Amino acid sequence: MENGAADAKDPSGFLSEILGAPVTVKLNSGVVYKGELQSVDGYMNIALEDTKEYVDGKLRRNYGDAFVRGNNGNIPISSSL
Amino acid sequence: MADADNDAAPTVQEPLDLVRLSLDEIVFVKLRGDRELKGRLHAYDSHCNLVLGDVEETIYTYDEDEEEEQQDVRIMKKQSEMLFVRGDSVVLISPQPSS
Repeated sequence: MENGAADAKDPSGFLSEILGAPVTVKLNSGVVYKGELQSVDGYMNIALEDTKEYVDGKLRRNYGDAFVRGNNGNIPISSSL
Repeated sequence: MADADNDAAPTVQEPLDLVRLSLDEIVFVKLRGDRELKGRLHAYDSHCNLVLGDVEETIYTYDEDEEEEQQDVRIMKKQSEMLFVRGDSVVLISPQPSS
């Protein structure tokens, strides 16, 4: 955790550094999830908190917590950057 | 024995912990192909294979009229006593307040 420079060099290291940050997760289907990044694992399964689901840019649904399975073409984007 | 999950704060160490915390609770599951499930989570594994009880399945069918540029959404609901879901069709799992 503390050797941040080394961690940030790989994508999963970067993701573990932005835990707790508000992120946007885009799936291959075009659905977008915005929420606070709770955790990520090696499959890029993602746990989000306070999640909003957008379909075609329109808010569809709210989830308190959400588990997004990897292999759905997840592209997590840190919206804090 | 030191518990891997500390009782004081049941934090989410990895994403699947969120699913573990939903065991025996009502969950909302979004599947590929515009399908949604709501039911009690009896079991899951790392592939997101799920066993759900008292399930309501909602299937959305879109009849697209490209000329009229309007989308007709047809909603079909199915009830199942017990359902096994193969993990590869799972998109999202969310704990639900039972309603």
